[in-house]
Amino acid sequence: MPRRHDISSIMIIGAGPIVIGQACEFDYSGTQACKALREEGYRVILVNSNPATIMTDPDMADATYVEPITPDTVRQVIANERPDALLPTMGGQTALNTALALARDGVLEQFGVELIGADLDAIEKAEDRLLFRSAMERIGLESPRSHLVSCEEEARDALALVGLPAIIRPSFTLGGTGGGIAYNAPEFEEIVRSGLRASPVGTVLIEESVLGWKEFEMEVVRDRADNCIIICSIENVDPMGIHTGDSITVAPALTLTDKEYQRMRDASIAVLREIGVDTGGSNVQFAINPQTGRLVVIEMNPRVSRSSALASKATGFPIAKIAAKLAVGYTLDELDNDITGVTPASFEPTIDYVVTKAPRFTFEKFPGTAATLTTSMKSVGEAMAIGRTFAESLQKVMRSMETGLAGLDDVPLPGVGPDGAVIDRETVIASLSEPVPDRLLRIAQAFRCGIGLEDVHRASSIDRWFLRHVMDIVHAEGRVGSDGLPDRALAMLELKQLGFSDARLARLAGVTEAAVAGRRRALGVRPVFKRVDTCAAEFPAKTPYMYSCYEGDGVSPAECESDPTDRIKVVILGGGPNRIGQGIEFDYCCVHAAYALTEAGYETIMVNCNPETVSTDYDTSDRLYFEPLTTEDVIELVRAEQRRGTVAGVIVQFGGQTPLKLAHALQSAGIPILGTSPDAIDLAEDRERFSTLLRRLGLRQPDNGIVTSTPEAEAEAARIGYPVVIRPSYVLGGRAMEVVHDPASLRRYMEQAVVASGDNPVLIDGFLSNATEIDVDCVSDGSTVHIAGIMEHIEEAGIHSGDSACSLPPQSLTPGVIAEIRRQTDLLAHGLGVRGLMNAQFAVKDGIVYVLEVNPRASRTVPFVAKATGVPIAKVAARVMAGEALADLDLPSTELRHVAVKEAVFPFARFPGVDLILGPEMKSTGEVMGVDESFPAAFAKSQIASGTNLPQGGTVFVSVKDDDKAHLVDISRQLAGMGFDLLATRGTAQALSAAGLEVTLVRKVLEGRPHVVDAMLSGNVDLVINTTQGLQAIADSFSLRRTALTHNIPYYTTVEGARAAVRAISAIRGGRLKAAPLQSYLGGSF
Amino acid sequence: MADAVPSATAGDRLHTPEGATAVLVLADGTVLWGRGFGAARSTVGEVCFNTSMTGYQEIVTDPSYAGQIITFTFPHIGNVGANRLDVETATPHCLGVVLRAGPTERSNYRSEWEFDHWLGSVGLPGISGVDTRRLTRRIRDRGAPSGALCHAPDGVFDLEALRRMAADWPGLEGMDLASHVSCTQSYSWSCGLWDASSGSDRYLPAPEPEFQVVAVDFGAKQAILRNLAHRGCRVTVVPAGSSCEDIMAHRPDGVFLANGPGDPAATGRYAVPEIRRLLEAGIPVFGICLGHQLLALALGARTEKMHMGHRGGNHPVRRLETGTVEITSQNHGFVVSEDTLPATVEVTHRSLFDGTIEGFRMRDRPVFAVQYHPESSPGPHDSGYLFDAFARLMRGGD
Repeated sequence: MPRRHDISSIMIIGAGPIVIGQACEFDYSGTQACKALREEGYRVILVNSNPATIMTDPDMADATYVEPITPDTVRQVIANERPDALLPTMGGQTALNTALALARDGVLEQFGVELIGADLDAIEKAEDRLLFRSAMERIGLESPRSHLVSCEEEARDALALVGLPAIIRPSFTLGGTGGGIAYNAPEFEEIVRSGLRASPVGTVLIEESVLGWKEFEMEVVRDRADNCIIICSIENVDPMGIHTGDSITVAPALTLTDKEYQRMRDASIAVLREIGVDTGGSNVQFAINPQTGRLVVIEMNPRVSRSSALASKATGFPIAKIAAKLAVGYTLDELDNDITGVTPASFEPTIDYVVTKAPRFTFEKFPGTAATLTTSMKSVGEAMAIGRTFAESLQKVMRSMETGLAGLDDVPLPGVGPDGAVIDRETVIASLSEPVPDRLLRIAQAFRCGIGLEDVHRASSIDRWFLRHVMDIVHAEGRVGSDGLPDRALAMLELKQLGFSDARLARLAGVTEAAVAGRRRALGVRPVFKRVDTCAAEFPAKTPYMYSCYEGDGVSPAECESDPTDRIKVVILGGGPNRIGQGIEFDYCCVHAAYALTEAGYETIMVNCNPETVSTDYDTSDRLYFEPLTTEDVIELVRAEQRRGTVAGVIVQFGGQTPLKLAHALQSAGIPILGTSPDAIDLAEDRERFSTLLRRLGLRQPDNGIVTSTPEAEAEAARIGYPVVIRPSYVLGGRAMEVVHDPASLRRYMEQAVVASGDNPVLIDGFLSNATEIDVDCVSDGSTVHIAGIMEHIEEAGIHSGDSACSLPPQSLTPGVIAEIRRQTDLLAHGLGVRGLMNAQFAVKDGIVYVLEVNPRASRTVPFVAKATGVPIAKVAARVMAGEALADLDLPSTELRHVAVKEAVFPFARFPGVDLILGPEMKSTGEVMGVDESFPAAFAKSQIASGTNLPQGGTVFVSVKDDDKAHLVDISRQLAGMGFDLLATRGTAQALSAAGLEVTLVRKVLEGRPHVVDAMLSGNVDLVINTTQGLQAIADSFSLRRTALTHNIPYYTTVEGARAAVRAISAIRGGRLKAAPLQSYLGGSF
Repeated sequence: MADAVPSATAGDRLHTPEGATAVLVLADGTVLWGRGFGAARSTVGEVCFNTSMTGYQEIVTDPSYAGQIITFTFPHIGNVGANRLDVETATPHCLGVVLRAGPTERSNYRSEWEFDHWLGSVGLPGISGVDTRRLTRRIRDRGAPSGALCHAPDGVFDLEALRRMAADWPGLEGMDLASHVSCTQSYSWSCGLWDASSGSDRYLPAPEPEFQVVAVDFGAKQAILRNLAHRGCRVTVVPAGSSCEDIMAHRPDGVFLANGPGDPAATGRYAVPEIRRLLEAGIPVFGICLGHQLLALALGARTEKMHMGHRGGNHPVRRLETGTVEITSQNHGFVVSEDTLPATVEVTHRSLFDGTIEGFRMRDRPVFAVQYHPESSPGPHDSGYLFDAFARLMRGGD
């Protein structure tokens, strides 16, 4: 069956901002889908509010709506564009839920839009737990015993039937939000309550616990001719009870006999057929009782998912691309396998290596929440590694995480003394049963302490097979520790085959990494590169998708398949696993570098270890190395590439802090770095050198100092004057950055900062209260500087730039100030010798411009600026770095007739007990963009897109710190003018009454009941404006902000944010929000 | 690639790498060192590869691997140990195994023994530590070579002797191996399929028999017999050399021609005349793998040796009748030449990898066959309908 000709335009809904549970895997899938459908000649209409994606590049779709993904907005887009079909399976749960709402409301029917990929029935059957369970019964598959309940009383009855521990799963939520495992009755009641609230339909499933069972996933693809293939099986090393997104997982499944595997294969295909996923990819999850083999179905996703991204990268089979083609009528046998070029897509990939994925957590960003893993996902990213054996891939993935690990590094263990001796065996073993992020490291440590495999298995329920390999690694470590580095090639080779990095061997042997690398190379022990080819070498691979491994018998040279070309090449280093502060924005930049340099005629070579990304798609660059971003791994692959052709250089400035850290090592290995020199990057990071530069350029910065001890810090802060901003040097995302107002807070900070920054010094800056913060992105070719975008932060200075909303163009700056900012940016780019991208942050106070920070590398705002202005600055920068002049690239002017607002999105709902207040340390996971003809409309869209449902009437609760009271009067007057009722605590109420505003008094939480939280819980508050300062006041108002969060009440914790919100409300009430494609704003300038 | 690999000469005995307790020497002199496991002995045969990621025990016990040394492309083998249920015949007929990683310790509730111990107990040698991907690429590019595998715990090898062994091995072409692996006396089979219902590990009893089927054992996998029994067949298994009279004496409703090893042309010398007589009798006949090839020979077609064969659990086959794709389990090194098929025969299945014939049926008789393994074991269950089709034919339907 060829492609359908009865439809000609297709709408794709993206996943929106990066949040926990929905990361850049949906940029990968959406981008593949857009490309696949346009390749077939369809008109593609895309809706996605996330500007940091490749899919929202204006040339990826025919009409790109960077608009909020709400049924309302999407309905408008449908009315504008009248698509023939809607493909809802590429944008995660967000897209699926939106499509479901549009189908239920009759919008799709009204406009004659056909759902393709998955129909309404299938989505409902898969997503509604009760329907799903009865579907499973019909095909004879077991599910865990369970009961769907809609109130707490029903939940108690259900508990009596399933027993404790019990799993609580809210219906229709993302990544298990609001769910969890209850081990006792009070815990049960608490989770049920939060689950009922989290579920948009107000139901939760109470389920029999299968904790400790083995967990598997099957990635299935089905076409309209009912051909079903399994792309990949995935086994979770962490047993049931930990969300699969938070588990270490391997592909393929490693501990099943063929009979068990085929039973699971049959079951997963039966599930797709019964649910009615007619075309596309789905993920089916199973649990197997390790003692009896009893198989139960856990759930299925009738769409591409994080696991399908992983499966695609693990096997080379592009699930999203194929799923998109199947949705328009192709069958699997009509599609080619791109990797081999000679086989059809209708086969099951088979692999000859082991893939291990590990989650990346950021619990350190959210003090107050327990670092415990449950069925609700908490990780913000992941890394994947490929090795010939499990041990090799496991150790590779450990060093891919960029958490400072070189392998299975030593960790402290409860019950073990500082000398490594076991004090209390029972405590050690008990600690292995805790589902914590570093449990595998604890297990390795327990083996080091002599705890046996059976004890570890009993405590952790991790399959013995995996434990055995961890134990082998630990034993090999012990030999290096006792005998030192091997001096014979075969022994060194055997260590490397277990996946040991040079850095890990160095730590074990007590020598430097350089010494290990030197010894290894002298012994001739070098990695070889094998190809990911979907077929275990049965057919030649056309696609150079590679990973490193160690092969050989110590006699003959090992076979390397890297087969470098004779071309001129550029190596682009990616950003590694997503984390807060370094996310999809940097992947976007790397992908653009690859696109631009391909256009410029270079061979592009991508290196990355993040399976969720577009950068690790085999067709993004000419060659792909799926490798950890460490000095060792990168140098080895560059050496392989240097065997033929010319490596013109490496781009380290686009992938965030990760590749930057490698710059010096690469340079000293004689590998050229393209663009701005590593020394210039250092200069910008080094406070003293940077201050010297600023003085030379005649630019101002807030008074500052560098300290290495608490007394020094106190003296310096006193000299500068409180408040001060304090932070360790060399950090991204404002890690451990804080504004402190008094010496006591300073002292408390210094104790933690030393931990946070190791031997690095601590930086202290004067804090400019109530200043306006400005972000500038520019490109320089060494002689000309192109200012790509000037962004004004909505929130006043002091909130991390990644967490503040910002507007492009600026809204409050005078032409004079803007000209001054341009002048300073120009000076800085020249002063630093920038060749490529530079981001500068300024503060403007009383008309004076201060330089806060300069980063001569790609910044988080690059994709936003590119989307807002239509100038692909990352591409421009990449070509400049490769030697072209800006003058030759013909850049359009950046005068805008529209306004773009970027807003941050936060993961607070995932972390109970964490305050939502913003500060200099970044906490957001993602961002959205609102674009419209005016600032209020654009800001309104950014709020809606980030999930803030601004009320158009009702009651506003206001409570602000003294400094803000004057501003608040103005804001409150506007709200009252629009008919809002005002509710305020005493101090604020007095200020408002004094200004002649009608206000209702409410108690603070500390003042006794009924208080403001009661009012919120009763549904009597529609908007919260709450600014606060000082530890005590912040602690006192904590429950207020948390309640706003859990009850979805819009809240603003800065006065400028509130002011913008009020203007936005007015714009919404005036009906001024119009959905329009990005292309209409940019006038085809891309 | 070959120039990088040292050739076997007498002097190489001195260069045994430390710790090497096994070696695989190919006929062209290529030497692959590794660690030995299983039985300490040497063996010679055709080196092939299999790309399945599960089911190594079924593969090793598949009689069709007689005369072959199996390279597993998946690096970890041994993960689920070995057990008494996952065997396709009581004594394996393959010659040895080649692995990338050392055989891993078992972890599965169904396992009874470690894989390497079990392998030793059935007398088979193994070598690990070989770059199996490199070996697979060599087979892919230059065809399946003859090779001598030697496991010597003392690490002493006569490479030249091994090379000669490999070079002197005549190759599978022209070799009748079916008679070596076939049963010598007929027996009946009545055991059904594995109980896939959760939480049990056993073979189900077969349902009340509806048909009498004679299965000619050229090296039959037990999974085929189980599938037949499961469809209501009382199966009588007879030796490869059985005559048409021997077979018809059981008054069968249908005859099944089993899979098996070796060159179909060689086995055909005694099997083809009997199959022709069966066809004349008009009785339903179903063939799998070697059975498929022998049936084709009986119909006047020819078979030829393939470059590297089809061995794995992921091969896509188009069922021409419906246009649908089945993912199949395959294990064959010979194939029916398409242009030699008579007009009375219709091709029903085709490989989507290389277009070769994967199944045919006679237009005028209840006779059909497939090249691949619908019984799977190991492999996907997509093609089980063929056993139902056989039952329908015996019932008199089409």
